[in-house]
Amino acid sequence: MKKTVFIMAAIVLAGLLCGMFEDIHPFGLPNNTLMDDYFLRHALSDRSAQNVVTSLVFDFRGFDTLGEAAVLFTALSSIGALFRDGGKKE
Amino acid sequence: MKPLSVIVTSICDVFAWFMIVFGVYVINNGHNTPGGGFQGGAIVATFLSFMLVAYGGKRFFAWARAGVYGFLEFVGLAAFFVFGCFGFPRSFFFNSLAIPLGGQVLSEWIPYCGTISLMNVAVGFEVVGALSLVVIEMYESIHMIDTGAGMGGERGHDRFDR
Repeated sequence: MKKTVFIMAAIVLAGLLCGMFEDIHPFGLPNNTLMDDYFLRHALSDRSAQNVVTSLVFDFRGFDTLGEAAVLFTALSSIGALFRDGGKKE
Repeated sequence: MKPLSVIVTSICDVFAWFMIVFGVYVINNGHNTPGGGFQGGAIVATFLSFMLVAYGGKRFFAWARAGVYGFLEFVGLAAFFVFGCFGFPRSFFFNSLAIPLGGQVLSEWIPYCGTISLMNVAVGFEVVGALSLVVIEMYESIHMIDTGAGMGGERGHDRFDR
């Protein structure tokens, strides 16, 4: 019984997956290119960056990089709290 | 941790310095080439792990100064935030150094990309400090335990040389 239910569920999921793949737009041809075009055209003129990736990481999406730096700092703080000798004596 | 064989230490003597140079190159050219502060910082921080594995604890602690790396971490994070604040009249994280002159070179010392390359270097400092501190903190936390067999020492970690 369990096996039959499992096989039926697998078939349904596979069908849904195939239907989903039908609707995917082709690679490299996004439906809406407004944001892509903006970044590509304005990276040099607006932000004076020769490398579009760098202009995204450090300028357009600078908050993202700040968050990554904060994650690293938080990890370091927790490692210090966990492994430092001071915490062991208590 | 005991030092490894002469082969490993010799290789370390030759290649460890190249790792630092390569890491600094990746950080310094991060605004134009693949890589950047995070990647280059990780490469530079590998130097400390390499020294620990090759030379053992004694030599490692001759190099490792937790205060210096903590300072690097602080300076990197603070500089990143300050460079982000440079563009405040317009927005947070705005390339304000390169814009006023239309992307022209301001001087030999201020790079073409303005705050982008400076922030790259700041993130590089932060990652070097943070990853090196992680290695130092974790190695320092290994404590010798007398198990009654020989000189003792935690399983898998020999710290007889300290």
